[in-house]
Amino acid sequence: MTISVAFMLAMTFLISVGGLALLIWALANDQFGMGQDAAETIFAEGEVGHVEDPATPVAARAEMQKERDSGHHHDQDEELQTRAAADVSSRAPVLVWLTSSVVWLLLGSVFGLIASLKLHLPDWLVHDAVLTFGRVRPAHLNMVAYGWASMSGVGVGLWLIPRLFKVPLVGGKYATVGGVIWSLGILGGTASLLAGKSNGLEWLEYPWPVDIALLAGGALAAVPLILTLLQRRVDHLYVSSWYLIGALVWFPMLFVTANIPNLFGGVEQAMLNWWFAHNVLGLWLTPLGLAAAYYFIPKIVGRPIYSYSLSLIGFWSLALFYSQVGLHHLIGGPVPTWAITISIVHSVMMVIPVLAVSINLHMTVAQNFKLLMHSPTLRFVVCGAMMYTVASVQGSLEALRSINTITHFTHYTVAHAHMGVYGFFSFIMFGSIYFIMPRLLNFEWPHPWAIAIHFWLVFVGFAIYFWMLSIGGWLQGMAMLDAAKPFIESVAVTQPYLIARSVGGSLMLLGHLVFAVHFFMLVSRRGPVRKGPAVLLQSIARTEKLA
Amino acid sequence: MTRAIGIIAGAVLILLFATLMIVVMPSTQMQSSLRPSEGLKPYTEAALRGRKVYVSLGCVYCHSQQPRDPRQAPDNTRGWGRPSVPGDYAYDYPHLLGTMRTGPDLFNIGARQPSQDWHLAHLYNPRALVKGSTMPAFPFLFDEVDSVGSADVLVKMPEGFGPPGSKLIASQDALDLVVYLKEMDHTYPVKAIPVIEKKSDAAAAKPEKKS
Repeated sequence: MTISVAFMLAMTFLISVGGLALLIWALANDQFGMGQDAAETIFAEGEVGHVEDPATPVAARAEMQKERDSGHHHDQDEELQTRAAADVSSRAPVLVWLTSSVVWLLLGSVFGLIASLKLHLPDWLVHDAVLTFGRVRPAHLNMVAYGWASMSGVGVGLWLIPRLFKVPLVGGKYATVGGVIWSLGILGGTASLLAGKSNGLEWLEYPWPVDIALLAGGALAAVPLILTLLQRRVDHLYVSSWYLIGALVWFPMLFVTANIPNLFGGVEQAMLNWWFAHNVLGLWLTPLGLAAAYYFIPKIVGRPIYSYSLSLIGFWSLALFYSQVGLHHLIGGPVPTWAITISIVHSVMMVIPVLAVSINLHMTVAQNFKLLMHSPTLRFVVCGAMMYTVASVQGSLEALRSINTITHFTHYTVAHAHMGVYGFFSFIMFGSIYFIMPRLLNFEWPHPWAIAIHFWLVFVGFAIYFWMLSIGGWLQGMAMLDAAKPFIESVAVTQPYLIARSVGGSLMLLGHLVFAVHFFMLVSRRGPVRKGPAVLLQSIARTEKLA
Repeated sequence: MTRAIGIIAGAVLILLFATLMIVVMPSTQMQSSLRPSEGLKPYTEAALRGRKVYVSLGCVYCHSQQPRDPRQAPDNTRGWGRPSVPGDYAYDYPHLLGTMRTGPDLFNIGARQPSQDWHLAHLYNPRALVKGSTMPAFPFLFDEVDSVGSADVLVKMPEGFGPPGSKLIASQDALDLVVYLKEMDHTYPVKAIPVIEKKSDAAAAKPEKKS
């Protein structure tokens, strides 16, 4: 124990001195010289003030611009040419990653719904081990986490890179191959989980050959990020780039460390397990989602981010605090109390990055709130950003011992996890994909009404899902804490809520079905060709005329 | 920020630091308490096979193996046992602490329910023995036969729950799983139960000091 204390004191000292040195260096070298100019990195000259959303029907775009209604601008053609070239350069890899992600979303939601139904229909589909609850559930989790969420996040990232660095994507073919390998990994992983071959650790179930496939696929996807970064034509790295670089650095570190076999067993392995599992959310999916939100919200609204300095605080405090919250999954468990306390403290500290990001994103939208009516992309992304705030604040509270005592071991946690990965991350990905695809394929979404149906199905479905499961989980926790009640009452009390959750989940699946069909119609260029393709330059030319 | 290398270095350092704080440091501190608790026996061969079945069927998604302190929750009152300590998990690979209690904690299921017959019948159809249970049935762990051989283990189901007209015998997987469940018995006392001790007690209770 003496060693621990001495070590911590030494660490604190070193970190303080190091941090101070870094601050002095940064000030001396003007690293913080980032007024609002920097926030305009993502806009072409004179583009500020123009709304952009290729998923909005052409006719409605004029309406949208009128809503935004802003002043003059200069010649922007050259920069826009660069951007058009950038979009072309990333086409193949982005298409591979996004298409795969949509397939995994659909399959993953089917498995999710089966798992949900099984919680109130325990004698349904029990005659084969393949479809037992304990295999369907991890198949669902891994498919949506590594199949849908990770692949859509990387796909959106790959599309953002050339736009952020203002050069065509370099080495895109590596990412294309990487996407295929990653997807094959998910396929193999799902098959092995259903066959009963699992590592047995939550979030780390996939056996080692799959881990290697994901690692190889991910490494190949990272190649263009690094190559393009090296050839960038912008002096300033926009916020989204920081998050993408962060995600790129963190995920391999986490994934490799957590998958080293025989490193730990017992309680130590449990700590490593939750260090990893929470960091997958905090240091992988969250940065990918925020990178997209930081790009699309200002882009669609046509207004630079509210406070650029705030985003700097948001990024570094996210890195510092989020990385240490994992052990709140073991509150009450056989782990040193001080370590758990560190995680609880950091969970609460997460309020800082969350506020920084929320203020930034919401203030950017706030002045143009009515644009939500016109832009399907914005609707999804802004909803996602709002649910980021909700999920994070909820997470901070949930880590407090008093609340955790009730919610730990219950469905409440599951509802919270979906608020993060679905409400926040998936909504932002939906919006991003609606924005990206028309630009990528130079073809408009065939049926704009399908986007609205998708939105309302998943929005209403998820609202039912979240509230029902949260209430049910809370009651379950209360029942479990009441020693006078037999355990089975904590099971019985959740039943109506679990049924309601299946209803919400069905609506979500239905929404995904609409989304996937629409997506593949666009990819195969089916459906009515509407007034002009959603070409970047033309669309701007059109708004120019209107202005 | 203009330097990618700064972002990369900062990101790496922060994550390394976090790992140090919440993984390396606690496990360094726990080294002394990671030795198997006195009274903990290693799993038998059959139990290890059964543990693999437990992992493969995903029991961990509904059952925890970590009773909480009585001051936090009435886990002990429910018969789930004393709060667990790191030494109790010395033979666990992979760990199966779990984060969900759709079903009860199983850390001491062997002590609570030592009957093989009960476990087998319960696995075949949980609702035959526990009214209102939502545990999935595991009929695929059993075989329906016409006549029972001398080596077969016959499963005795309550009236109306067995397969009509044939007899039910347990597969090797079912038997192994039950052996594992029966070995889940951590009722032996441990010294290191984390209770708030008076100062004098605390000093006396810490004879071993590292360094």
